[in-house]
Amino acid sequence: MEEALAVHRLQFAFTATFHYIFPQLTMGLALLIFIMKTVALRTHDDAWNRAARFWAKIFGISFALGVVTGIPMEFQFGTNWSGFSKAAGGVIGQTLGMEGVFSFFLESSFLGLFLFGEKRLGRVGHWFSSLMMFLGSWLSGYLIIATDAWMQHPVGYLVDANGQYGLASFWSLLLNPWALLQYAHNMLGSVQTGCFVMASVGAFYLLGRRYEKFGKLFVRTAVIAGVIAACLQLWPTGDGQGKMVARYQPPALAAMEGLFHTQQGAPVAILGQPDLSKRTLDNPLMVPRALSFFTYRSWAAQVRGLDSFSQSDWPDQVALLYFSYHIMVGLGTIFIAILLIAAWKLFRHKLYDSRAMLWILMLSLPLPFIANTAGWITAETGRQPWLIYGLMRTPQGVSPEVSAGNTWFTLLGFFGTYTVLAILFLYLVYLEIEHGPGEESPGPSSSVPDQSAAQAGGGN
Amino acid sequence: METIWFCLVAVMLAMYVVLDGFDLGAGIVHLLVARNDVERRLVLHSIGPVWDGNEVWLLAGGGTLYFAFPALYASSFSGFYLPLMMVLWLLIMRGVSVEFRNHVSGAIWAAFWDGCFALASVLLAIFYGAALGNVVRGVPLDAQGHFFVSLWTNFRVGPNPGVLDWYTVMIGVVALAALTLHGALWVAHKTEGELQSRARFLAAVVWWLVALLTGLITYASFRIQPKLWPNFPAHPWGAVFPALAVAGLFAAIWFSRKRDDLKAFLASCAYLLGMLTSAAFSLYPWVLPASTDASFSLTVHNAKAPEYGLRIGLIWWAIGMALATVYIVFNYRRFSGKVKLPASGEGY
Repeated sequence: MEEALAVHRLQFAFTATFHYIFPQLTMGLALLIFIMKTVALRTHDDAWNRAARFWAKIFGISFALGVVTGIPMEFQFGTNWSGFSKAAGGVIGQTLGMEGVFSFFLESSFLGLFLFGEKRLGRVGHWFSSLMMFLGSWLSGYLIIATDAWMQHPVGYLVDANGQYGLASFWSLLLNPWALLQYAHNMLGSVQTGCFVMASVGAFYLLGRRYEKFGKLFVRTAVIAGVIAACLQLWPTGDGQGKMVARYQPPALAAMEGLFHTQQGAPVAILGQPDLSKRTLDNPLMVPRALSFFTYRSWAAQVRGLDSFSQSDWPDQVALLYFSYHIMVGLGTIFIAILLIAAWKLFRHKLYDSRAMLWILMLSLPLPFIANTAGWITAETGRQPWLIYGLMRTPQGVSPEVSAGNTWFTLLGFFGTYTVLAILFLYLVYLEIEHGPGEESPGPSSSVPDQSAAQAGGGN
Repeated sequence: METIWFCLVAVMLAMYVVLDGFDLGAGIVHLLVARNDVERRLVLHSIGPVWDGNEVWLLAGGGTLYFAFPALYASSFSGFYLPLMMVLWLLIMRGVSVEFRNHVSGAIWAAFWDGCFALASVLLAIFYGAALGNVVRGVPLDAQGHFFVSLWTNFRVGPNPGVLDWYTVMIGVVALAALTLHGALWVAHKTEGELQSRARFLAAVVWWLVALLTGLITYASFRIQPKLWPNFPAHPWGAVFPALAVAGLFAAIWFSRKRDDLKAFLASCAYLLGMLTSAAFSLYPWVLPASTDASFSLTVHNAKAPEYGLRIGLIWWAIGMALATVYIVFNYRRFSGKVKLPASGEGY
């Protein structure tokens, strides 16, 4: 049973982590593409349309992979977590069912129109389809976050005679304060992924002296949108989430910060490795009293350490939680620094000639994916040992009939399948980037000759 | 309330079979009827803009099932663990084949994805049929509502069956034949020339198989699952469902011979709807019969979610589906008529 539980958790963690590579990119790009289509509509500058068309192709590839890796998530609630589904389906079935009915139909109908209907729909119609894609994907995001938020901070439920959870208040479920804050924080993270990918491709073109007009356009759009998102990510949304965790999940906060002992004027650990047997941080680099201030706005406030909780209530992966939290915050801080400098250079008209800055932007490509993943690992390992915080422990939620052997079989199957998907994704996106935005694709026949089009190779 | 949700979930899943059925069917037939790259791209193009939306009926139907009958979702998904995981891999393989085939031009690349697409479509049709067969036959539920079936045991319909036994395999074969017919009629409706005549010919041949097997499984189903019959004498109006299936089956071949391909395709839709609603009607109120002890069976009453949630759900479901209907009708109208390949070869 112990082993089965570990494999079930590993499979869900792996499939969810892999899945979320794609939605964070598509949700971020959906907003950026919508912005591009809006500028194109207002200014009649066709470069923006062509830029949007280029990103729509990468969006389409990511979206397809988001869909095919998303279906296993819905299935696994039943296949691997039947105890949880049986108990909580009456509540979270609401948000998951709504996602199917409201978002999936909308997205799937408009995706085809958006990707292949530019000619038939006309300017306004195509702009509208980009708006619907943006709304559909962001709505989908909200309903998933609302589901997760209920597991983090259950509200609006009742318990019936069989121990099943049922809905008591629809609006409390949908407007869970945890969901609102988590959604804002998550979507800003997603926008940063979109921005860094766009800036990275732009910088790649500028450094290689190809498609320079588009390279500049990508970098400019991405840096402006990115710097706004990066700042809001830290404050108020990140700060707000930290306070929420401090209030409702204090053991998680202590583990995230590596705070083993309750103390007044608690420090923030910038570096250090938690040692659970000695209950200390090795090689610590501390900012004294900062944690007390960030959490309670008082330098001397007392912060509860792990020692003030029974060890059975500790998150079961303290070190993983500590590191993922630190990676998220560390990278978030680096993003603010990179984007502020880039925005300053943009403002001074020096960005496109600053090779150092372009190199940094280009190489930053994987960082937002890592930061977003680390953020989700923080949220989900911080929730442990609970599956539904305060209501259901993780071992109670697992499917009792599905053995470790069968789960290993499917987990290995997912490893194999997803390795192939990852290779395909990288290959196809690389082809699109090489192919570039310069060559005309079907759409309004605005055949503005572009000197870079001659270089565009690769089939389509 | 639970009866309403039983009907809604049944309709959503039946819509899934009818709609995704034709693109699965197109996948099954496309290696048979489409002989060159242009023809294959035409077949793919005929489902390209809609297949994704068709598959959403599975997700939305599954989501609705989860919401309305969480105990059924939990029990059946964990009990059918292995076949469902294989369905997932096949859905992934199929989705990737359609979406990525035309991103790279090259004969080997295209041939590979055509093969994957056909294989995944064939296997999915068989799996779906076998899944329905399992639900009708019943599974070894225990008192807590748990079960786990391995892929096969002794291929007999006994108290300890596997996912595959002679009955479920037979239903799988019927599903494959019925979706081949459905797909062939769709391709005939959406294309012209030689491709169309080959599709019509295939439909005419497969029709006999479908007709024969339909008779056989009707007999076999009543034989192995005695629970199915009593609903018909109790509610004679339920005879409209099998009547719809029979009428659809004969109308399909009639219109196909008259070369009225759209009506033939719609008749095939009626056949599938009739078969699935007949199954749902005769099972009600059971949603998952137990082969162990009848009292362990899951019914709409013991598998439903608490009442308030179901009432609230009716409101958002109605709004959501009304909106969805608008998009879907709009989308199908946009892409109605015979398919043509775009000049650039872009897309599907």
